Amino acid sequence: MPIRESDDVVRVRQAVRVQAVAAGLGLVDQTKIVTAASELARNTLDYGLGGTVRIETFTGNPRRGVRLTFEDNGPGIPDLERALTDGYTTGGGLGLGLSGARRLCNEFEIESVVGQGTRITIARWK
Amino acid sequence: MEDGFAALSKIVSERESEIVAHWRQLLVTASGGTGRIKDAEVEKQCRDFLSAFAAGLGAGATVATDPAFDSARELLGGVSQSRANQGFTPTETATFVFSLKEPLFEQVRASYPDDTARVASLGWDMTQILDQLGLYTMEVYQRSREDVVRRQQDEIAELSTPVVKLWEGILALPLIGTLDSARTQVVMENLLQAIVDQSADLAIIDITGVPTVDTLVAQHLLKTIAAARLMGADCIVSGIRPQIAQTMVHLGVELDVVSKATLADALALAFQRTGRTVVRKAVAKG
Amino acid sequence: MDRIPILKLGRALLVSIQVDIHDRLAKALEEDLSERIVATGARGVMIDISGLEIVDSFMGRMLDNIAAVSRLLDADTVVVGMRPAVAITLVELGLSLTGVKTALNVERGMTLIGSGQYEEIEGDDAPGGGDERDEG
Repeated sequence: MPIRESDDVVRVRQAVRVQAVAAGLGLVDQTKIVTAASELARNTLDYGLGGTVRIETFTGNPRRGVRLTFEDNGPGIPDLERALTDGYTTGGGLGLGLSGARRLCNEFEIESVVGQGTRITIARWK
Repeated sequence: MEDGFAALSKIVSERESEIVAHWRQLLVTASGGTGRIKDAEVEKQCRDFLSAFAAGLGAGATVATDPAFDSARELLGGVSQSRANQGFTPTETATFVFSLKEPLFEQVRASYPDDTARVASLGWDMTQILDQLGLYTMEVYQRSREDVVRRQQDEIAELSTPVVKLWEGILALPLIGTLDSARTQVVMENLLQAIVDQSADLAIIDITGVPTVDTLVAQHLLKTIAAARLMGADCIVSGIRPQIAQTMVHLGVELDVVSKATLADALALAFQRTGRTVVRKAVAKG
Repeated sequence: MDRIPILKLGRALLVSIQVDIHDRLAKALEEDLSERIVATGARGVMIDISGLEIVDSFMGRMLDNIAAVSRLLDADTVVVGMRPAVAITLVELGLSLTGVKTALNVERGMTLIGSGQYEEIEGDDAPGGGDERDEG
């Protein structure tokens, strides 16, 4: 689904919630993945200048959960190491978006090419 | 010359009753007559397995993983699983398949009284296939035991998290035993939920019964206290052992924790915080 | 919904956020609140978030900002009714909202705002035990 405007962030949160419930995640796990999705969706909007998110559930044994892939064609992140540090921000925020989202997930992968865009994949399972 | 497996299949179906009788006898002896499984049930298991086994062999299956053995494997899986759940040992469980060798071999010998070469080759085929099925039995057994352990872990986690109400608005969480990360998480979620359910401003986490705390668990504790604060409740930790105090100091985050030596001290503090005084009155002897 | 309603209750302002709101609405609330504090001379601001299923870093920052602005305008901020799962997640995220007071529900929040201002005497139902409590 697309992330083009501020309302889309709300829509992403709601869609992720639905999928997390469907995957059978507990309330705390649901809240964590939805919050992480909210952070990353806002990043996609603010830093990636818009993009998309793909929401998938997986029910393989023994893990059940949700996997999200955020993609944008924005300017990319020049220094991943620093971008993942608590408190580091280029946009006047708290600098907890990326690093916080990583703590809320079981799986976190980030690829970014300067000038081409960023792809972040996260997953939460029980 | 007739295919070995087809020949085995024929022997099994033609001499089923002899095999079952002998096999059952062996199973009873092996189990030491404990009678944990009813005789009739054992007989049914034996018969069912033998016919599925014969059918599989007859359909041309030569290895245990062959689809023709699907129903035989399924039966074995059921037997193995139920035995695992009933607390049978691995040996007792594997004996079910392995003890089939002797009666089956005997019938093979009886079928070809004058052909030792044939008996030897059929015996070899039979051993091969039964060994594979035996290993399969053990796999299922192992998996079932793991399920049992996992279920028990969940149950323990549930049982060992009693949040008790000490007073109006004051909760206590007496933790006992080693805390691993998973259990701590369950405990903490329960505590926070209880805080909401009972509108408690104060929660006492008593860790007198906790022998050691690793870094991860200490972090969980601190996170819970922070989460409780966000919800509008304060936590008091009581009964910290010296070792645990050191772990917490090494973490460098001990400053935010209100800590009391004993649960009683913590309760006294909780009373004080909520504006209560305990007054001793003279008790008139009746 | 263009604006989140701000209610006046005595000398306190009450805001109840019941649904997932988008960032612009949150920003608008931040601005509205500071104006209303000055206009009403409120001494306390209470934000009820019991209806919120998540609080992310943006919303967390908004709560922190409201508290900081209110403090400058001489009003206390109390966030009430945060759900357990939300609280756990916020802590994991790395936000502790240290500048914000918290309470379990609106009733307790009112007490908290009141006690900061008027030194009210509460629960004084034990006239016999009037001496100071022992120091823990």
